[in-house]
Amino acid sequence: MTTYAIRRVLQTIPILFIISALLFIMVRSAPGGPLTAARRNPNISKEQIEILEEKLGLNDPLPVQYGRWMGAMLNGDMGESIKFRRPVSEMINERIPNTLLLVGISFLVTLLIAIPIGIWSARKPYSIFDYAVTTVTFIGQSIPVYWLGLGLIVIFYVVLKNPITGEPFFPVGGMNTRGKEGELLDTLWHLVLPVSALSLGWVAWYSRFLRSSMLDVLHEDYIRTARAKGMKEQTVHYKHALRNAILPLVTLIALDLPSLFAGALFVETIFSWPGMGRLFWDAAKGRDYPVLLGVVMITATLIIVCNILADLAYGWLNPQVKYD
Amino acid sequence: MTELTVTPSREQNMARLIMRRFFKHKLAGIAIAVLAFLVFAAVFANLSPYSPTAQEPTNSFEKPNSVHLFGTDELGRDVFSRILYGGRVSLTVGLLSTFLSIAVGVLVGALSGYFGGWVDSVLMRITDAFLTFPTIFVLILLGAFLRELQVPWLKNSIVVVIVIIAALSWMWPARLVRGLFLVLREKEFVTASRALGGSHARLIIQHILPNCIGPILVSGTLQMASAIITESGLSYLGFGVQPPTPTWGSILATAQNQVFRAPWIGFFPGFMIFITVMAINYIGDGLRDAFDPYVIHTE
Repeated sequence: MTTYAIRRVLQTIPILFIISALLFIMVRSAPGGPLTAARRNPNISKEQIEILEEKLGLNDPLPVQYGRWMGAMLNGDMGESIKFRRPVSEMINERIPNTLLLVGISFLVTLLIAIPIGIWSARKPYSIFDYAVTTVTFIGQSIPVYWLGLGLIVIFYVVLKNPITGEPFFPVGGMNTRGKEGELLDTLWHLVLPVSALSLGWVAWYSRFLRSSMLDVLHEDYIRTARAKGMKEQTVHYKHALRNAILPLVTLIALDLPSLFAGALFVETIFSWPGMGRLFWDAAKGRDYPVLLGVVMITATLIIVCNILADLAYGWLNPQVKYD
Repeated sequence: MTELTVTPSREQNMARLIMRRFFKHKLAGIAIAVLAFLVFAAVFANLSPYSPTAQEPTNSFEKPNSVHLFGTDELGRDVFSRILYGGRVSLTVGLLSTFLSIAVGVLVGALSGYFGGWVDSVLMRITDAFLTFPTIFVLILLGAFLRELQVPWLKNSIVVVIVIIAALSWMWPARLVRGLFLVLREKEFVTASRALGGSHARLIIQHILPNCIGPILVSGTLQMASAIITESGLSYLGFGVQPPTPTWGSILATAQNQVFRAPWIGFFPGFMIFITVMAINYIGDGLRDAFDPYVIHTE
C-alpha cells in the first residue's frame, strides 16, 4: 500500500511537468503578453518597456525562461503579480482556504442529500417518489450553475424581502458583512446561496448514479442470502448493499473533481466569493500571467492529489483491491 | 451472393427496431420535437422583425410586451431577436465541437484499444494528462490568449471556442471507445475476419466500429450538452464568443449587471440553455434505452 502510494505520487511528476511546460509555452508565445497594458499606456515610453522586458527576462529564449520559472516554482516562488506587484504564492495562499471552504461545504451538503435520495429511490424503483426524483435530477443536471446563481440572487436578494425588517433574505456578495470579519456564523450565512447554487447539480448527478448503482447491487446473490437469513430490509440496504454500491461513486467523484472546481469558479464570480476562481477570473481579464500560471498549477496539483486519495480510499473500502 | 441481398434488409430492420425503441421513451420523443423547434427558430432567426444589434436607447429596459416579446436590454435591443441569434451560436458550437471531440476520441480510443501495447500506453498517458487539466481554467487561458495570436482563422471567435472545447473533451469518448474495442477485438467475428485476411483498417472500420455506434451516440449527447453549457459559461465570463455576436452566455452576463433594474432579462437566455440541455439529455436517455439490448420496457 505504501509503495503503491509512493509510486502514484512519483507518476504525477511527469504529468505536472507536461502540463506546466505546455501552459508556459502557450502563455509566453502569445504576442502582447504581460506588457500589453503597459504598451497601450501612452505615459510609458518604449525605452521603459524595453527595460521592463529585460528586467522580467522576457527576451531570453523560452526554454531558459521555463527553466528559471520551474526552478523558482519548486522553491515555492511563483513569481510576482504584474498588476498587484505582490508574490503570487501569497495571493494564492490567501484564497485557497476560501475556495476549499466553499467546495468542502458544498460537497458535504451534496453527499448528505444525494446519498439518502439515491438509497430511497432505489428501495422502491418506479414508484411515484422514484419518478419525481428522476425528473428533478434531470432538471438539476441541466441547469447551468451560473443561471441558477443569478436566479437565486434575483429571488432571495432582489425580489423577496424579509417582511419584518425589509432587508433581503440572504447576502449575495463576499464572505462577511462589513464589521463582522472572521465571524463563523456570518460566513456561514453568506455561504447559503453559493452552496445551494453549487450543490444542486451535484446532488442530481450523484443521487441518480447511486440509485442505478444500488439497483445493480440489489440483484446480487449475497443480498438474497441476507434477506433469506431474515435480516431487516433496512439492514440489507444500509449495511450490505450500500457499502458495495458506493464504490463506483468514489471513482466517479475523483473523475469529477475538475468540474467541481469549475463550478466553484462560476459561483465565486457570481457571488464575489474571494476564492481562487475569482482571483483567476480577475487575472485573466488583466492578462496577469504569473497569477494565471500559478492558479492553474495549484488546481492541477490539487486535482492530482485528490485522484490519488480517491484511489487509496477505493482500496480501503474494497478489500478485493490488491496493490502490487 | 444471397448474403449480400440479406444484409441491407437486416440493417434496416435493426434501424427500425432502434427507432421504435427510442420513441417508446415518450420524453425522448418530446425532447426531439423541442430540439427540432429550437433548431428551426435559430435557423430562421432572420425572420424576426428586429435586428439583434440595433440599438434604441430611448426604449431601454422595456418589460416583455406584445411588441418586444422578451423586452429590451440596457441599449434598447430586442432580447427576443438576440436570443434567436444566440441560439445559432450555441447550437453550432455544441454540434461542431461534439463532432470534433468524438472524431478525435474515436480515433485515439480505437487505435489504443485495437493495437494495445505501447500504442495504448502512450495514448492513454496523454489522455490521463489531459484529464487532470482543470478544464475551465485552461479554457479561459486559451480563450484569452489564442485570440491575441496573429493567426487569421483564429480571429473568428466561434472557431476558437469550438476547437478549445473539443481539445479538452475528447478524452471521455476516447476512454469509452478504448474500453469497447478491448472487449470487441477478442470476439469470434473479429478473429474470423482476421483469419480471412482482413486488414487492420477493415477490422477497425467495418467490423468493430459499427458495434460501438450506440454508446458513441449516447456519449455524443452528453458531450453536446456539456459543450453548450461550457460555451455559454465561457461567453458569460467574457472569454468565449465575443460581442457584438449575441450568445446566450453573453446576454446572461449583461443581464447580471442589470439585475436590479431589470431582473427578468436573465431569465430568458438561461432558460434557453436549460431547455436545450435538458432536451439533449432526454434524447441521450432515449438512445441509451434504444441501444441497450438488456433494457426491459415496462409498459
